[in-house]
Amino acid sequence: MVAFIWKRLLGTISSLIGVIVVTFLLSRALPGDPAAYYAGPAANAESIAQVRKQLGLDRSLPVQFVSYLGDLARGDLGNSLTTGQPVATDLIQRLPASLELTFYALAFAVVVAIPMGVWEATKPDSLIDHICRGSVSVAAAFPTFFVGLLLVYIFYFLLNVAPPPVGRLNEILYTAPARITGAYTLDALLEGNVGVFRAALAQLVLPAISLGLFALAPIARITRAAMLQALGSDFTRTARAGGLPRGKILLTYAFRNALLPVSNVLGMVFSFLLGSNVLIEQVFGWQGIGAYVVSAVLASDYAAVQGFVLMMAVLYVLLNLMVDLLATIIDPRVRFEA
Amino acid sequence: MRSATLTRNIGHAFGENRLTLVAVAILVLLLVCAAFGQYLAPYNPLMTDGAAKMQPPGVAHLFGTDSLGRDILSRVIVAARLDLGMAISAVALSFVAGLALGAVAGYFGGWTDRIIGRVMDTIMAFPLFVLAMGIVAALGNSVLNIIIATMIINLPFYCRFARGEVNVRREMGYVEAARMGGNRALPVLANHIIPNILPPMMVQASLNMGWAILNAAGLSFIGLGVRPPTPEWGILVSEGASYIISGEWWTFVFPGAALVLAVFCFNLLGDGLRDLLDPQRRI
Repeated sequence: MVAFIWKRLLGTISSLIGVIVVTFLLSRALPGDPAAYYAGPAANAESIAQVRKQLGLDRSLPVQFVSYLGDLARGDLGNSLTTGQPVATDLIQRLPASLELTFYALAFAVVVAIPMGVWEATKPDSLIDHICRGSVSVAAAFPTFFVGLLLVYIFYFLLNVAPPPVGRLNEILYTAPARITGAYTLDALLEGNVGVFRAALAQLVLPAISLGLFALAPIARITRAAMLQALGSDFTRTARAGGLPRGKILLTYAFRNALLPVSNVLGMVFSFLLGSNVLIEQVFGWQGIGAYVVSAVLASDYAAVQGFVLMMAVLYVLLNLMVDLLATIIDPRVRFEA
Repeated sequence: MRSATLTRNIGHAFGENRLTLVAVAILVLLLVCAAFGQYLAPYNPLMTDGAAKMQPPGVAHLFGTDSLGRDILSRVIVAARLDLGMAISAVALSFVAGLALGAVAGYFGGWTDRIIGRVMDTIMAFPLFVLAMGIVAALGNSVLNIIIATMIINLPFYCRFARGEVNVRREMGYVEAARMGGNRALPVLANHIIPNILPPMMVQASLNMGWAILNAAGLSFIGLGVRPPTPEWGILVSEGASYIISGEWWTFVFPGAALVLAVFCFNLLGDGLRDLLDPQRRI
């Protein structure tokens, strides 16, 4: 077990090195001369040369890479041109909003898709099975941003049951809770402010559903397949022959064995959730890092974009590590495979 | 004999799954729009009309008009070429590059394999849409760079798939025989191995098309690549999005529906193609 975790940690470190190299290369692939870009439109040859020296762009690539590593170690991602603040400060300020949204989207997808997959597997090829599979495949064809807009149109404009898509909290009616974790729902609860908690939760419903909808298909599909396999296996037959209750067979015997393939597909789901966050934040006016990076990209604020890409990649690598470590706890077979 | 089997297989794939037939019909429709869009469109997609702003769908404008009086039906039809063009070129590029890299890695193994595998792992270490954004931001905001970004993020899937398939076949009897016959590595790969892995790769490509369309449309939705007033489905949705609060639903629903239709079509086609080419996985 320790050997496995050690090996997995080494893999994570090498992924992180790859990520840092790619982000570095991306930051040096700017169209035209980065120094001229950073110097601004009014710069002359002299001031461009000065900026180049100041940014260290006159040195060789390996030397630049080492100083880039040094900056990263100090948590320095450069300054944003649009906000004028250090990128790291901006990102950390906005990260909780995005993480909160992603968490709720993941929770929605898991809570809907896993029971759906289990249920389908108990009645394979029934009408219910076909309906579930069909609707999940249709859902997978909807672009997340389009789903978000449709939901806003239906539930806010037509039915008027959802709050307006104005971000994390309707600031006209409520004041944001004091920042403890940065996640509004959690902070409101910690403050004991039920009104704000409910308002923040209401703002989260539509974006979380739009984001989670696309993740339903892979999770439901793999749960169904894994459950079918587990239910058809010898140990399930033995458990059934031994007269164990149905619920116990389904949950303790079959489901626990089906969890491993499900945890494997989570990597893909995270990749999708972290990426589509950007689109959903745009639709719902969410003040997270996705909205931040969209304005940064459009304003050619490169330091902010690189910082964002790096942060998301690091987050993704760490999430995958966490899933793998959880998998070893769920299923001891993983430890021996490695 | 061979063609009889093929006919039966096609009959099976369509008969079992009528949806595949529907998908082929949608594909034909999309391809016709992409090829002859400017002749089919009832109006000039860029022509503004001050007298017909924000018209709801009606006889004159089946899909309504936008805030500048442009006909949305025409814009949706003409956009098909750009959307499908971006997705098809990105998928074709990843297909070719992934096949080449994967085949070399799988056949030669050793350091070649390790280096290519390392590069693919690094691409996969990013949330893919985020990497695509980073690439477009770094290379510059253009349609070509959207295609390049979409190609790069899809590359690992093809490369790993091809590597696995080649690796399995490397030691098979017929490949051994081709080597014994005095063929060098590249002819063996090109003439004996790759033709055998093309069919399953095609299934991958078809399943991948829908995702490539979503990715390219997502990038344009946030304002990358395609510039207004060029009609493109992602940009059309984002232009329409501002009118949701005032209830002008047709501005974003029709372009969005076109996207859904295209993605759904390619997903179904991929499933149908898999049934056709891989009878073992028919369930």
